[in-house]
Amino acid sequence: MAFEGLAERLQDTIKKITGKGKVSEQDVKEMTREVRLALLEADVNFKVVKDLINRIKKRAVGQEVMESLTPGQQVIKVVKEELTELMGGEQSKIAVADRSPTVIMMVGLQGAGKTTTSGKLANLLRKKHNRNPMLVACDVYRPAAITQLQTLGKQLDMPVFSMGTDANPVDIAVKAIEKAKEQHRDYVIIDTAGRLHVDENLMNELIDIKDEVNPDEILLVVDAMTGQDAVNVAKSFDETLDITGVVLTKLDGDTRGGAALSIKAVTGKPIKFAGMGEKLDQLEPFHPDRMASRILGM
Amino acid sequence: ARYRKVDEDFFEELEEVLITADVGVMTVMDFVDELKMEVKRRNIKETEEVKAVISEKLVDIYYGDEEDHIEQLHLSTEGLSVILVVGVNGVGKTTSIGKLAHRLKQEGKHVVLAAGDTFRAGAIEQLEEWGKRADVEVIKQREGSDPAAVIYDGIQAAKSRHADVLICDTAGRLQNKVNLMNELAKVKRVIEREVPGAPHEVLLVLDATTGQNALSQAKTFSEATDVTGIILTKLDGTAKGGIVLAIRNELNIPVKYVGLGEQMEDLQVFDPHAFVFGLFADMVEEDEDKDNE
Ligand SMILES: Nc1nc2c(ncn2[C@@H]2O[C@H](COP(=O)(O)OP(=O)(O)OP(=O)(O)O)[C@@H](O)[C@H]2O)c(=O)[nH]1
Ligand SMILES: Nc1nc2c(ncn2[C@@H]2O[C@H](COP(=O)(O)OP(=O)(O)OP(=O)(O)O)[C@@H](O)[C@H]2O)c(=O)[nH]1
Ligand SMILES: [K+]
Ligand SMILES: [Mg+2]
Ligand SMILES: [Mg+2]
Repeated sequence: MAFEGLAERLQDTIKKITGKGKVSEQDVKEMTREVRLALLEADVNFKVVKDLINRIKKRAVGQEVMESLTPGQQVIKVVKEELTELMGGEQSKIAVADRSPTVIMMVGLQGAGKTTTSGKLANLLRKKHNRNPMLVACDVYRPAAITQLQTLGKQLDMPVFSMGTDANPVDIAVKAIEKAKEQHRDYVIIDTAGRLHVDENLMNELIDIKDEVNPDEILLVVDAMTGQDAVNVAKSFDETLDITGVVLTKLDGDTRGGAALSIKAVTGKPIKFAGMGEKLDQLEPFHPDRMASRILGM
Repeated sequence: ARYRKVDEDFFEELEEVLITADVGVMTVMDFVDELKMEVKRRNIKETEEVKAVISEKLVDIYYGDEEDHIEQLHLSTEGLSVILVVGVNGVGKTTSIGKLAHRLKQEGKHVVLAAGDTFRAGAIEQLEEWGKRADVEVIKQREGSDPAAVIYDGIQAAKSRHADVLICDTAGRLQNKVNLMNELAKVKRVIEREVPGAPHEVLLVLDATTGQNALSQAKTFSEATDVTGIILTKLDGTAKGGIVLAIRNELNIPVKYVGLGEQMEDLQVFDPHAFVFGLFADMVEEDEDKDNE
């Protein structure tokens, strides 16, 4: 059955081994097969799984597993270590520019959670870091996108800069920063429209914004439920914009979230925050080790 | 040789392509095993021929015992039909409602929309904008009001205007939030009570970018609201939405429409043959590239 934890998956294989008292290479092969299935069912990308399994296999046929009294546990330990290592250490830090304001640009596919996360981040910066942020409405395409950000701004009692839907997003971003300087705002969070990574025109628009405002932080917002395509999306956004980090949203759901691993593997960029709900205080630091356990169902 | 051999490499590559399309590793392994047997039984040697078999078999999985027309909307021919639209956050419910309203209106139907998402910031205004674009009326209350009450209002308004179809928007919710799923069940009960035979369709909107969690979405939303069909959105990207095969296979829910963009016209009736071909199209193209060398 799908979505069993890795420990349960390894049960049968382990039973056989316990009877024999010694682990053979064939046993290790069977165990890594279960690991592979678990990772694929958790939506870790096919190629990422392939590389990972090769590394795990190498370690698993070594003595730490072969000579262990609890080979199943040992395999799980190796897998968890490899996953955590790949996911990197904890890095929920946000850039601070030498000269105010620090500019943060939010980018990503449609519906990933950019606008909501912009609000959450502004809230976090004020509450936890004592900052004075401003939100910028650069999504001139989605119906009522500006209203959405303005509503969040009202809920937070935070200023939202907008120039309506007829203005050009690049101009909006530039003017917003001038305004932020005037008003002594120390953070500017730019909400951009959702777009497909293969949409050349809209990807170019992001490059133009980046070139004009020189953001200190470009955060790619990704839905934790994303499947195999996560690698294509993350790679394209990173190649186009050289992102500085990732926010994984909707982790309050029951998805395994293997996309986290895929994104980290192809971009090498840290996952900085996790979205844990629709409310504006539900943004948390991202914990790589917990994510490794979650992907493995433990 | 002009054609690739149908060997172990071929099957391995097929496995990779299908898993990468989010079909799901178990479904793919079963499928490839069956395909291997079939290829042996029919003594197939050329990849061109196998591809036809792959298509055929995948479409078979999709249709199951039922025949065609499963992708059509079941609306009543007389009186008001109600369509309830549900799904997790950000998948494209509101946008799809705008597109569907436009489509039904083009077919000559009198359509009304109900702004049942009273929670998300800007949700009502978003649906109103779609109402303007599609030129249909939107029934709404204030942000924060009870969604069941909005839907009730929508039904009364649609009845009094002798509308043909009422489409109800709902707030996005993750399927593991029990309270929110109960709220949705309540909305459905209001519809059942107010219009005999309604809701005529409960459409679950799925984002094609979603991986294996889509199966859990389909299961839980079905338990709460008896989903009758799927709208698969964002197929204009590089994601293939292969998980709908497993959903069809395990839960028997058909896909009715696909979303192919953000504009009003970007909604198409689901075509299983085109969809299935899309799942392994990359492999076909690769072969053609090799042929052309
Ligand atoms: N449960 C949950 N919902 C979230 C989270 N983050 C965002 N959402 C919801 O996801 C949906 C989409 O969020 P938006 O912020 O509008 O996403 P977006 O990326 O700005 O969307 P576009 O501008 O259309 O591309 C909304 O219903 C949000 O409430 C999260 O961490 N958990
Ligand atoms: N590329 C593409 N984008 C789409 C498609 N359908 C919807 N979108 C976009 O996806 C984003 C989310 O769409 P919504 O209609 O707001 O989604 P929703 O399910 O109503 O979201 P919530 O109400 O917040 O849960 C918007 O930016 C839409 O323009 C599609 O078929 N293709
Ligand atoms: K999404
Ligand atoms: Mg947005
Ligand atoms: Mg909506």
